[in-house]
Amino acid sequence: METLLIVVISLLAVMALTQAVRIFEISSKIKGGDNDVKINDKDNNTQGWLLILFLVFFFGAFAWMVMEYMEVTLPVSASTHGKDIDSLWNISMGVILVAFLVTQPLLFGFAFMFRGRKTRKATYMEHNNKLELFWTGIPAVVLAGLILYGLTTWTNVMNPENTEEPMVIELYAKQFGWTARYSGEDNTLGFANVRLIEGANVLGVDANDKFAKDDVITSELHLPKDRPVLLKFRSQDVIHSAYLPHFRVQMNCVPGTETQFQFTPDITTAEMRNDPEVIEKVKRVNALRAERGEDPWEFDYVLLCNKICGSAHYNMQLKVVVESQDEFDKWMKEQQTFAEML
Amino acid sequence: MEAHAHHKETFITKYIFSTDHKMIAKQFLITGMIMGIVGVGMSLLFRLQLAWPDQEWPILEALLGKWGTDGIMDPNIYLALVTIHGTIMVFFVLTAGLSGTFSNLLIPLQIGARDMASGFINMLSYWFFFASSVVMLASLFVENGPAAAGWTIYPPLSALPQAVPGSGLGMTLWLVSMSLFIVSSLLGALNYIVTVLNLRTKGMSMTRLPLTIWAFFVTAILGVLSFPVLFSAALLLIFDRSFGTSFYLSDIMVAGEMLTNQGGSPILFQHLFWFLGHPEVYIILLPALGISSEVISTNARKPIFGYRAMVGSILAIAFLSFIVWGHHMFVTGMNPFLGSVFTFTTLLIAIPSAVKAFNYITTLWKGNLQFTPAMLFSIGLVSTFITGGLTGLILGDSALDINVHDTYFVVAHFHIVMGLSAIFGLFAGVYHWFPKLFGRRMNKNLGYVHFWVTFISAYGVFFPMHFLGMAGLPRRYYTNTAFPMFDDLADINVLVSYFAIIGGIAQVIFIWNFFYSALRGKKAEQNPWKSNTLEWTTPVEHIHGNWPGEIPEVHRWPYDYSKPGMEEDFVPQTVPLSKDEVATGGH
Repeated sequence: METLLIVVISLLAVMALTQAVRIFEISSKIKGGDNDVKINDKDNNTQGWLLILFLVFFFGAFAWMVMEYMEVTLPVSASTHGKDIDSLWNISMGVILVAFLVTQPLLFGFAFMFRGRKTRKATYMEHNNKLELFWTGIPAVVLAGLILYGLTTWTNVMNPENTEEPMVIELYAKQFGWTARYSGEDNTLGFANVRLIEGANVLGVDANDKFAKDDVITSELHLPKDRPVLLKFRSQDVIHSAYLPHFRVQMNCVPGTETQFQFTPDITTAEMRNDPEVIEKVKRVNALRAERGEDPWEFDYVLLCNKICGSAHYNMQLKVVVESQDEFDKWMKEQQTFAEML
Repeated sequence: MEAHAHHKETFITKYIFSTDHKMIAKQFLITGMIMGIVGVGMSLLFRLQLAWPDQEWPILEALLGKWGTDGIMDPNIYLALVTIHGTIMVFFVLTAGLSGTFSNLLIPLQIGARDMASGFINMLSYWFFFASSVVMLASLFVENGPAAAGWTIYPPLSALPQAVPGSGLGMTLWLVSMSLFIVSSLLGALNYIVTVLNLRTKGMSMTRLPLTIWAFFVTAILGVLSFPVLFSAALLLIFDRSFGTSFYLSDIMVAGEMLTNQGGSPILFQHLFWFLGHPEVYIILLPALGISSEVISTNARKPIFGYRAMVGSILAIAFLSFIVWGHHMFVTGMNPFLGSVFTFTTLLIAIPSAVKAFNYITTLWKGNLQFTPAMLFSIGLVSTFITGGLTGLILGDSALDINVHDTYFVVAHFHIVMGLSAIFGLFAGVYHWFPKLFGRRMNKNLGYVHFWVTFISAYGVFFPMHFLGMAGLPRRYYTNTAFPMFDDLADINVLVSYFAIIGGIAQVIFIWNFFYSALRGKKAEQNPWKSNTLEWTTPVEHIHGNWPGEIPEVHRWPYDYSKPGMEEDFVPQTVPLSKDEVATGGH
């Protein structure tokens, strides 16, 4: 019913528009003259006012969106390097906000101030090298700062200093799911290749490799808090991207190549569930879910696929849990090793 | 009119296989508009899906048939729609539709040439584009659907029909279509370059070229240098798909089948693709910036501020555009040092871009602004160029890109800076040069309504997407309902879709105004905007060879608006410098 209504309304809208357009055409014909094609002072005045009104509306809408929509954005970073990324984000956002809030009023303000009039004559100005130098110099200096800060952060994220040996975990992607493989007590992953996939050995792990025997294959990703982890990524079929938004981590999974990303989670799932922002978010989401008669949601970290990979790309996910070392050890004990699995 | 009398023109040589650059410009424009309607229409369909994922839409069943059974969109066809929407908008509308139309129309007219260097090659350029459009549209009707691997067609997804149905015949047609498109684009670009270099009229030195021509010229050079690389990428992909090679494929098991391919790298494709892909952004954007420079200066009744800085920044942007492609690949596992290099080069682009923005703004200062619809769209362009360009500082920074890569933040960024700016440039160009194209005028009031609805809904569609991206929402998701963490984004998606539908419907106004005015609009005078450039010295009625008598000689730069000591507030390029001007060093 609702659908029909919307279709009818859309059709009516198109028809109304066409009619409005025709009225425009006919009325301009009746009036005669060049009034429907030539720009006069009245047009300049009206459009000048509309431009300045737009600016007010634009900034008003922007402020409204910041107030209304900032709450849907990601909560505090749950990894150590993520906090550095967030500081860089805030500073960069600050810079672009200043530029945005200065240039848009200049643009629309000048448009309004100098809206055309018969009596006005434009001032002939070709160029001004001092001004050009000024607005080349200022962005250059600001950018030099942003680039230096950005590159430092990038280098630190990509080459973290290790106080302890990171735990090596493989994330394996295929259409349309994820599997985790822990490297076990030797902290070394056994050799694997898609060509070795056979029967229950769905990841193609080499059963003869001595490092493979203690590997642990799981369908959830559990991480101990404050322990560096080195994620290694493989893909079975097409490119996927392992995206862990809460940890500010993303890396593509490329068939035929191994990629990696190291980070240290520092907020457990339980702690994150108690974060005031997250509590608010869960409340909001559950109110919406209740309306639709869906089960309430409990916050969990999640791994998403973020590279187009086929029909179920939108639902390729893995639950991620960050917990204390004890809880992690307990969970790990319950898992089978690769040798036991076979 | 004499030049006209020499030719016996039939319907076919005049309207179909025409070698006249003005007719070819119209052919590009109208084909581009038809493709635009298809491309925008597709976006409305997937906006319906994104805002109301559980809703049954009879219109989807009507349009999509078996892919919209019971009014519910099939996930694979969703991917196909975003793929073809991107392809059509980027290449067919904003490359061929924009550059093809205005390079063709304006290069000979504004430099004072009788036609392009080779009219025949120009004609071929259009017909390759036409064939390419036909093949692309035909791919919508094949059994397994059109290409569905994203407009960037990354292999292995695009190489394996087992991975997604669109990678069957649909993908083959996509590759054939794009190969034809590249041929068209190269034929056009070579012609533009040769024409600008060789056929400038007497007195038209490079420093007297209108900024439109500078933009088209540099765009053509970008195209000639980058499109062949895309062609080679496509060729290797065709080999991998059809002849069993392994350029991009290695160690793959798909749909339970182990492939024999070994040794290739999917990342190689991305390097080749983005070596075109990034300059392509400027192939789209520079013509729009050129058009707006011309429109803003004419309607501000003032010289464009900092002509040399404007030319310099076009050149700087063009040069930098070739050494920044890696910023699309920060999270591919590329060497982190390379990431640093690409971050550095990418952020540098902000400098010439800032110079351009400030020069536009200063051109308005102390002007006598005539708000034609073209002028409004140009001001809109400057606004979106700034808004969208600024978020480039976030995405170009490798450390920040990690967390917003491939999210809606990117969708917001490139639609605003490239999509909207270029579309606004296209509209500005159509409104401004309509009298030159058709010898008639468009209705200004309809133009105003069209501008305001389009401008507001365009921001309404893309501005909120920044927040979706900051919530971690990936692009190219058929629905966001699989993740409860995205449930509270539903409202934003509904708002975006409403604006998209309003903005889409508003284009009816433009289409009506365009066709009605082309056929029945008021007859245009020779120089309706009191402009300085040479195209306005040609007769309103189109003739072969553009000028009935001698080609005009040029004596000054194109931006002598409101020059002190002159009677009128414009001085056409054909007017010789006065003694006073020579003494004070006129251009």
